[in-house]
Amino acid sequence: MSDIALLPETTEALPRAATYDGLLRWVSTVDHKQIGILYIATSLFFFVVGGVEAFVMRLQLATPRNTLINPDAYNQLFTMHGTTMVFLAVMPFLIGFANYFVPLMIGARDIAFPRLNALSYWTLVLGGLVLYFSFLAGGAPNVGWYAYAPLSDRPYASLPGVDYWCLGLFIMGIGSVAAAINLIVTVATLRAPGMTFRRLPLFVWMSFVNSFLILFAMPVLNAAVIMLLIDRQLGAHFFNPAGGGSPLLWQHAFWTFGHPEVYIMILPGFGIITEVISVFSRKVPFGYAFLAASTVAIALLSFATWAHHMFAVGLGPAWELTFSATTMLIAIPTGVKIFNWIATMWGGSLRFTTAMLYATSFLVQFTIGGITGVMFAMVPVDWQTTNSYFLVAHLHYVLNGGSFWTILAGFYYWFPKMTGRVLDERLGKINFWLNFIGFNMTFFIQHILGLMGMPRRVATYPPLPGWGEMNLFSTIGVFFTAAALFVLLWNIFITLRRGKPAGNNPWGGWSLEWATTSPPPPHNFKQVPPIHSTRPLWDLAHSGDQGSGAGGQGPETAGAG
Amino acid sequence: MVHKAQEPSQPTTVTFYVLRTREVDMLDPASPQVKTISDIFNISLVIAALILALVTGLTVYNVVRFRSRSDDEEPKQTHGNVRLEIAWTLGPALIVAFLFILTLTGMTKAAPYEVPTLRESDVAAGTQSTLPSDVLLRGHQFWWEIRYPSANVVTANELHMPVGKRIRVQLESADVVHGVWFPQLAPQLEPVPGQITYMALESDRPGVYWGACSEFCGAEHVWMQLRGVVQTQADYDAWLRQQSQPAAPIPAPPASAATPPPSALLTPTAGDPGRGAQLFRQKTCISCHAINGTDAQGHAGPDLTHVASRSIIGAGVLDNTPTNMALWIANPQKVKPYNLMPNLLLSSQEVQDLASYMETLK
Repeated sequence: MSDIALLPETTEALPRAATYDGLLRWVSTVDHKQIGILYIATSLFFFVVGGVEAFVMRLQLATPRNTLINPDAYNQLFTMHGTTMVFLAVMPFLIGFANYFVPLMIGARDIAFPRLNALSYWTLVLGGLVLYFSFLAGGAPNVGWYAYAPLSDRPYASLPGVDYWCLGLFIMGIGSVAAAINLIVTVATLRAPGMTFRRLPLFVWMSFVNSFLILFAMPVLNAAVIMLLIDRQLGAHFFNPAGGGSPLLWQHAFWTFGHPEVYIMILPGFGIITEVISVFSRKVPFGYAFLAASTVAIALLSFATWAHHMFAVGLGPAWELTFSATTMLIAIPTGVKIFNWIATMWGGSLRFTTAMLYATSFLVQFTIGGITGVMFAMVPVDWQTTNSYFLVAHLHYVLNGGSFWTILAGFYYWFPKMTGRVLDERLGKINFWLNFIGFNMTFFIQHILGLMGMPRRVATYPPLPGWGEMNLFSTIGVFFTAAALFVLLWNIFITLRRGKPAGNNPWGGWSLEWATTSPPPPHNFKQVPPIHSTRPLWDLAHSGDQGSGAGGQGPETAGAG
Repeated sequence: MVHKAQEPSQPTTVTFYVLRTREVDMLDPASPQVKTISDIFNISLVIAALILALVTGLTVYNVVRFRSRSDDEEPKQTHGNVRLEIAWTLGPALIVAFLFILTLTGMTKAAPYEVPTLRESDVAAGTQSTLPSDVLLRGHQFWWEIRYPSANVVTANELHMPVGKRIRVQLESADVVHGVWFPQLAPQLEPVPGQITYMALESDRPGVYWGACSEFCGAEHVWMQLRGVVQTQADYDAWLRQQSQPAAPIPAPPASAATPPPSALLTPTAGDPGRGAQLFRQKTCISCHAINGTDAQGHAGPDLTHVASRSIIGAGVLDNTPTNMALWIANPQKVKPYNLMPNLLLSSQEVQDLASYMETLK
């Protein structure tokens, strides 16, 4: 243990103006772990809100010509559901994980700019409040989460909902850009001695690459929503053809942001999956360099695929073939990852904890979403199936069965580190199976509905043969998902009250976050273990003096299912 | 309730159409374009199923074969294998290369559009001129205006075309972005305001095909449906001739019937078409609707010259039956809440008169 590197600074937390207790402590915190928890708690809250919106939508669609809610209310719900899930649930959840774990995993004491970090979080809260305030100010936006102009322009959306949408997204966008800069600088400058880029845990790699995506994509959205706001409030004509503007300009701008956004919502999740599969297979990630390199490839390509969202406007063969090709190319590095994860499991010693169950089913569900994605890259297929329920099914297999699944895997995996208690595994498994059944029941059948001609974003539908039955089946699935949510919330509640203590390393993880206490002290580490590979704790456990394990830092198997 | 009119106790046109079309299903194509897409789709579906089977198979094998048997098991650590990595990079690359070739070959046959796309401002300025088209299809919130320029026919929500002949449709939007989609007949193409797009339509099987607006366009997006009516050339010509006629003149109302007896039910047979024609003028209907052969020349709403010959009301919200027509006129805002036609607060007798007038517009 002589080669343990001491951090150059004292073990005190970062200096701050004042320290408070209770609620004020959370409001005033600049600690990356507390801010990470705030991000995660906020996202969880908005997951529930967005889920309730989806639940009401599915109730409305349970039978043909249902009149449970009126069409305008339905349109508000799907707009808010999409906006909430993208900007207030999935994205901040992943940023929250990165906030909490990237500094820990690279052996840093905090994130590079702690106060900027607090600002990022509070702009998210402000943006969310501004967006949701629209419900009280004459109605939520009702133009869809991509708010196509000119439907979103003043003549067709005269109520202030879209203004709140623009402002809310703009405020959140500023916070996201700041968070991205913070993470980039943290990874670039605050790595512990020995933590080279080739030894970064893959979650760090993918969050790092992801931050560049946020940095380059969000400003495009911010510019676009401000242009829309200027159109609406100051009577400009950026998107109004009558004044020489172009509705397609909005589509180009939105999707230039929107397609990288899809990868913003999945790349950190890929990182989580890599960690979870590796730890619960008890194997090092297969093809570290390929996993990292394919992430970079995805990030670069994601900026050249946006117009595949616009095949139905008649762009002409040159554009369409170009974007078809780039979209197909991006499937290659994604496919590489799936096979790498399978290879990581191959020959391992697999332990099916709840986190691992989520990771394993992610592989199959994300493959479904990925393959239908390639089908959408085939221009003629896109012409027929875009804007149909086939698309709704595709995007939910990517974002719900994909991104959300990675979040749940990460949540079960890292909850012990964040709280010091292990989420009840029995309840966890009930939660998983309810979610698994609910999700696949709700969304798989929507592929078929789409092929049968059902367009998306319809507040109701005519009683054409089969449509009623399939929609009812889809709606029944949502009840399983709702039950799963209650089990999860109950599990969190009961575990926080009297859950099993986690110890430092309940899963036998190998990255640095497991080398410190659960939850970690304000300064994160007393000592950072020496880093000679991607798995410092494994090295430590296999360095000859296994038993002592540097104060209980060796892999433990308690709590493994 | 409004929707009573849809219940199966009454023979409605929807059931009739459903029987005719059986199912709205892209896998049962009625045009060479959708047939091409359907073929491509089926090939890619087989490939997709194979990939999914491979991934699922390997995952399940992993789950069964490598499940942990004891806690202190330490599996052999493999850091990677460059050959394998290259193999599963090249494999997907070959598959997408094949799919790209499929895309390339299918695109010309399946394209729903014809180049060029024009800007309305260029056309207005005279720097570009429109191509001669068989049909002009213009999307409005929330209905479709359909014109046949050569025959001087104006209709709504029902696109008639001859079988076996490729026609050119000039696509426009009056307001926001819409989408034309006949799942069995034509893939999606979106009219974008400020631009003129040319759509190519062709069908090899007569029938009535269900269509819908596919791009979200506002509150009543769902009831912006349309029907594609594919007819034999003779039927089509006859339809075109009939639609180009002005509306038949309506006899003046009987002078004796000054105050008609109030009727509890909306039965259009109790109405008088002559009085309906007068009301059509008096109740400001004419400021929005046109009826060829009368002085009604409004253009904000659908042309009603031959409204009784169409199959749907309110772009699909109701079937066009006399009872439903009366329901619609009585309060369009109840039937289709966000459409632009106001509730004119008519008495039930006025509703019946107007509805019976509409019934004469065959």
